Amino acid sequence: MSVIMIVYYLLSIYLTVVLAGNFIREKKNVNDLILTLLVLIPLILRILRVK
Amino acid sequence: MTRLKIVLIFIAAVLTTLGAIPLYRHRHYQVPVVAGPAVTRVEKLSRFAPGLKGTMADTDVFVLEGARPGGKALLLANTHANEPAGLLTAVLMIENAVVEQGTLYVIPEFNASAGRNTKPGDGYPLYFDIPTEWGPKRFRMGNRDASPLEQWPDPDVYIHFPEKQLLSFLDVRNTNRTWPGRADGPLMENVTFAAMELLRSEKVDVAIDMHGAETMFPVTNCIVAPLKSSKIATLVSMNVKAMEGFDNHVEPSPANFHGLSHREIGDFSDTLPFLLEAPIPFLDQPTGPKTVDLLLDGKDPFLLSLSRAKKLFVPYDESGWPMDKRVGQHCSVSLEILRQFTKKNPEKGIVLSGVPRYAELVKNGVGRYFHDPAKADPKSVHFE
Repeated sequence: MSVIMIVYYLLSIYLTVVLAGNFIREKKNVNDLILTLLVLIPLILRILRVK
Repeated sequence: MTRLKIVLIFIAAVLTTLGAIPLYRHRHYQVPVVAGPAVTRVEKLSRFAPGLKGTMADTDVFVLEGARPGGKALLLANTHANEPAGLLTAVLMIENAVVEQGTLYVIPEFNASAGRNTKPGDGYPLYFDIPTEWGPKRFRMGNRDASPLEQWPDPDVYIHFPEKQLLSFLDVRNTNRTWPGRADGPLMENVTFAAMELLRSEKVDVAIDMHGAETMFPVTNCIVAPLKSSKIATLVSMNVKAMEGFDNHVEPSPANFHGLSHREIGDFSDTLPFLLEAPIPFLDQPTGPKTVDLLLDGKDPFLLSLSRAKKLFVPYDESGWPMDKRVGQHCSVSLEILRQFTKKNPEKGIVLSGVPRYAELVKNGVGRYFHDPAKADPKSVHFE
């Protein structure tokens, strides 16, 4: 795996953590909760090396 | 709110898992190939570029050797893994070809990563089945480009090596834009570099790269050849028309469009390159759903309307453009290229038998020529 690819995986993990934090902190807006989960799906699939 | 969050996470997890399982299975599905009578060994492409070792881009090279010494030819399939007639032709050759003279190298999954990739946005099926006498033989339907799981990220613009021509960002994962490649470049450049090393170190005389192209694309149903291969290509085109009754015109390889196998193999080695294009209606944009039926029979009502309006570059009627016909074209054109090369260079002849030609394939279907891996010697079964 090339260095730039490792950096991109680290960026994906960072974004996943930030989005998960946003999901936990959100208290009212259900739309934002759903949108956050939708954004998380491709990141998780990439981190797990499925797609 | 906490209960709602748990419910939403559960729903998202279920949907993600349901989507991920078929993709994971597709990526790891293995297609059995029964090595035929001429296969003397199976090597890895990484032998020619060690950087490929241990990656999904590494792939098998089947070596079919004849009793008599002669010339050498390389057959490439699945350079674009969404054009599967080449893959079926390569497997048919591996399982049936008898080499009388010379050596034939066959790489059935040249872009092995693309063969494990898919295009959900275009609704690609994950698999297709070819009916055989012993049941359906299942193949993965791949994508044009390698998976980002092997090579990520894409650049904004792909700068071709060594010509520095600017190409689409996607072409960095397209093994028909990364020729001649380099050992220390992106992984797909490593794949084409390994093939170039194979051609140069083994002194291969002829390279045939099998593709498919849309019926609305002008470079379809043809042999693409650079100047050095054009004489043989022209003879092949005339012979298949006269002897076997199908069209396969010759297209010149553009001198200033870089990265393509028919351009760079000729420029960076002594090998004569040929790229074969068989029409594949499945890849045309204005079709109905991208179903397995469309992939296999090539029948589409929208293309039929366009054909009547003379918007297609191939003759097209209610019979579509079936897979058996496409594989038949690849088989006949490949055999004819080798025959014409042998006629010009008898001391470096490459003579095959046991491979059906166009008419037999159209009559019998390609599945007739696949062997049952369950009944074969386990040592001769390889998984692609």
